[in-house]
Amino acid sequence: MDILSLFIIVPIITILALVFAKGLKQARIISMIGSMVQLGMSINLAFAYFAERDTNSDIMVFTKDVVWYKEFNIHYYIGVDGISVALLLLTSIVVLAGVFISWKMKDLPKEFFISLIVLSIGVYGFFISLDLFTMFVFFEIAVIPMYLLIGIWGSGPKEYSAMKLTLMLMGASAVLLVGILGIYFNSDADGGALTFNILEIAQVNIPLEIQKLFFPLVFIGFAVIGALFPFHTWSPDGHASAPTAVSMLHAGVLMKLGGYGVFRVAMYLLPEGALHWSWFFIILSAIGVIYGAFAAIKQTDLKYINAYSSVSHLGLVLFALLMLNKTAWNGAILQSLSHGFMTALFFALIGMIYGRTHTRDITKLGGLLKVIPFISVIYVIAGLASLGLPGFSGFVAEMNIFVGAFQHDDMFYRVVTIISVSAIVVTAVYILRVVGIMLMGPIKNDSYLTLERVTWYEKSGILLLLTPIVGMGVAPLWLSNMILESLQPFIQGLL
Amino acid sequence: MNFSNFLLMRQEILLLAIILLLIVAEIFISPKKKQSIVHLAIFLFGIHTIVGFFAIEESSLFGGMFRTNGLIHFFKNILNVGVLVLLLQSADWLKEKIVHHNRGTEFFVLLFASLLGMYFMISAGDFLMFYLGLELSTLPVAALAAYETTKRKSNEAGIKLILSAALASGVSLFGISMLYATTGSIYFNAIAEVITTTNLSVLGLILFFAGLAFKISLVPFHFWTADVYEGAPISIASYLSVISKGAAVFILMMLLFTVLKPLMPIWEHMVYVFAILTMFIGNLFALRQKNMKRFLAFSSIAQAGFILLGLIIGNQLGTATVVYFVLIYVFSNLAAFGVVQAISLQTGKEQMEDYEGLYRTNPKLSLVMMLALFSLAGIPPVAGFFGKFFLFTAAASEGYYVLVFLAVVNVTISLYYYLLVVRAMFLRKSDTAIPFFKSKIYMRLGLVITVLGILILGLYSPLYDYIYELSSIFN
Repeated sequence: MDILSLFIIVPIITILALVFAKGLKQARIISMIGSMVQLGMSINLAFAYFAERDTNSDIMVFTKDVVWYKEFNIHYYIGVDGISVALLLLTSIVVLAGVFISWKMKDLPKEFFISLIVLSIGVYGFFISLDLFTMFVFFEIAVIPMYLLIGIWGSGPKEYSAMKLTLMLMGASAVLLVGILGIYFNSDADGGALTFNILEIAQVNIPLEIQKLFFPLVFIGFAVIGALFPFHTWSPDGHASAPTAVSMLHAGVLMKLGGYGVFRVAMYLLPEGALHWSWFFIILSAIGVIYGAFAAIKQTDLKYINAYSSVSHLGLVLFALLMLNKTAWNGAILQSLSHGFMTALFFALIGMIYGRTHTRDITKLGGLLKVIPFISVIYVIAGLASLGLPGFSGFVAEMNIFVGAFQHDDMFYRVVTIISVSAIVVTAVYILRVVGIMLMGPIKNDSYLTLERVTWYEKSGILLLLTPIVGMGVAPLWLSNMILESLQPFIQGLL
Repeated sequence: MNFSNFLLMRQEILLLAIILLLIVAEIFISPKKKQSIVHLAIFLFGIHTIVGFFAIEESSLFGGMFRTNGLIHFFKNILNVGVLVLLLQSADWLKEKIVHHNRGTEFFVLLFASLLGMYFMISAGDFLMFYLGLELSTLPVAALAAYETTKRKSNEAGIKLILSAALASGVSLFGISMLYATTGSIYFNAIAEVITTTNLSVLGLILFFAGLAFKISLVPFHFWTADVYEGAPISIASYLSVISKGAAVFILMMLLFTVLKPLMPIWEHMVYVFAILTMFIGNLFALRQKNMKRFLAFSSIAQAGFILLGLIIGNQLGTATVVYFVLIYVFSNLAAFGVVQAISLQTGKEQMEDYEGLYRTNPKLSLVMMLALFSLAGIPPVAGFFGKFFLFTAAASEGYYVLVFLAVVNVTISLYYYLLVVRAMFLRKSDTAIPFFKSKIYMRLGLVITVLGILILGLYSPLYDYIYELSSIFN
């Protein structure tokens, strides 16, 4: 069995085991073991990747190619490069943390964990696929469990949010489907056979007109899940209604599918289209960056604050990708990872606060630092990481993005970069505002004096997420090297 | 003509034998054991289905009136499996509601006769055989739609079906006569050689197409569908939406791709318009349905619109994707109807709101329903996704990107109403939820087969390759 297919098989085994589980205790133990195995596998993969890189200079390593549908030339074709390895690590950490945070899931626990793991199958599969069809299949598998996860276990207007989220994301993937078919039927432009193989298509010179036509479809198809303005509206509602672990997984991992897909498919396969359209989508993503930050200032619901902050931060990912610059790309990938850990940590903390105080309205909270110091301190740390304090992952990522983006000589790019940079200041405002209102000051409600202490599983989840944030901030070079190495084929194709 | 020639018709002969056997058997079954006719019929039909899987050679009989080849044979097998599942799912209903009134045998005789008509229809080598098959397949269903004679709606369904079917076949016949007038022949092979684009032949094509469009319930010929499905017994609604529609799609495809191929520039446009209308009207009307049977009726109208995407390109790829999609559609739709049938039989409830909180009381049924709906909506990894993706690929292969785009818009619309049912079953909690019940063995078997089909058909790629190979006759 090859090392990558295990990322699909282990979750499937976990699900099968869960089907026979009885009650919450068995379900959570099984899910925890399954996710731990996954985490072990992805750490192992990272080491194996470094070892393999020394001897193997292919674009993708650990590849495996099985013909699936012969007539359409559809393959189950998988492989990884540095970017996918990093994202697999992110996924397995967030999934395990999500399982820890859902330790007390009372309502239909078995079904909850099964849906969570189905979602993770979709994400794992997406990151390892090198075949457009397979990739698309996994993309949809990742999206659809969200409907049940939000709809059944969510809070607030959960039916509305779940439906909105599912329809917008599936609508986007429908648009994406047209784009993928467009790429497929032009993959023979150089006289070869029709193929879904990403690496092969990248070698084909697809006619310019076709690229211009299909780039927006593929780009939007992926970017909706990356919360591209104005298609971000599913995200605040969806996150606010989702249960904690689902918000974590969704903001932390699922939204990264957007940036990854945009990079790996839209820009890599349709480079001319990317050049042609980049100005337009740069404007949209810059609006997202600014708009998300300002929208976050006005919110009083913790989850909405974090959701809008995600719109802003992920806007930055798309923004950096479209800058068509090596440093910016590196920053974009780092930002994806950094935001994944940070936002998952935020949602985990919000879930803990909500679980204790039963409110997410910051105007009703206050002085939490005195009653639940552990959670509060971590919240401050996460906040500082999010606003880009040196020493944390956010700084490394944003630094790369803005340095890279500013390298353009063109006035247009410089102006949008300067405008986008200003979002950092706004980020500081909404983060410090929350810290000030919620954590400092007098305790507003006497019932908060007796809040439950942090439990071991909550601590495990938090530490799991905090470690990489600090790790990336302190020692970014090994990760950044791994990513830069993998950017080589993109540079050849696009620059 | 010798005996071995007759073996080419063994599916038809065997089915006829079963029909006769059932009539005779009714005489010998004592009134106390009337239920055994159900077991007998299912047993015999099961054998018939298995026999069907043995390969058959490509040939024709009666001077070309009857022909068969690998694809036709395969399609008959699809119909067989569909009917078998349908019989399994309706066995309990028959035992509880029908056989008491001494009408068990007639049900099977009528149903099998209709199936026999479909065999002849899709095996037809000329328009005479085609028309006979069409009539034989339709008329018994009208009787079956009115089978619950004590219910007014059932009678209404029967009348509606027979009136619209009669009109449709009349129109179709008129079209056929015009085609005959322009070509001087009713044999498919002969027509294909001489037909040209004249005003009369185009008019014949349009009328003929309209007649079959009634059977497939393409918009604007769909008005009978929802009312008939709602009134008819669920097995018959299921039969109409799965078997009858599948067979009609198949023969329409056969005729368009062979006999009427020279008129392709004309019918291409017709199919294009029909596809858009059918998808949009079917989906938009489905949004507001509260009755599960009406809901599935509009859903199946919309699905017919998707099928046209494979039909429009008129070649081997189109054939393969259409047959593959129909195969998957048979399983998905039968699973959905099966659950509706099980619940309706147990509680008599057929409204969507009755399904609220179903997962917490009947998890297995809800899961089957969810898989079926996901398959109909086209969500991976269940089979429906693959069927739809390939249909879209087929349409895109000839550059119909706009049509594919409209189709994916419709997929999103359809996802909304499929999720409404999922919402009722999984998201809602209800004090009046349908209490837990255990289905009988036949029903369970019927549902298990469909679920296996839904799960396996998509992921198992050699099946598609096989169908593609069979479709090479349309190259």
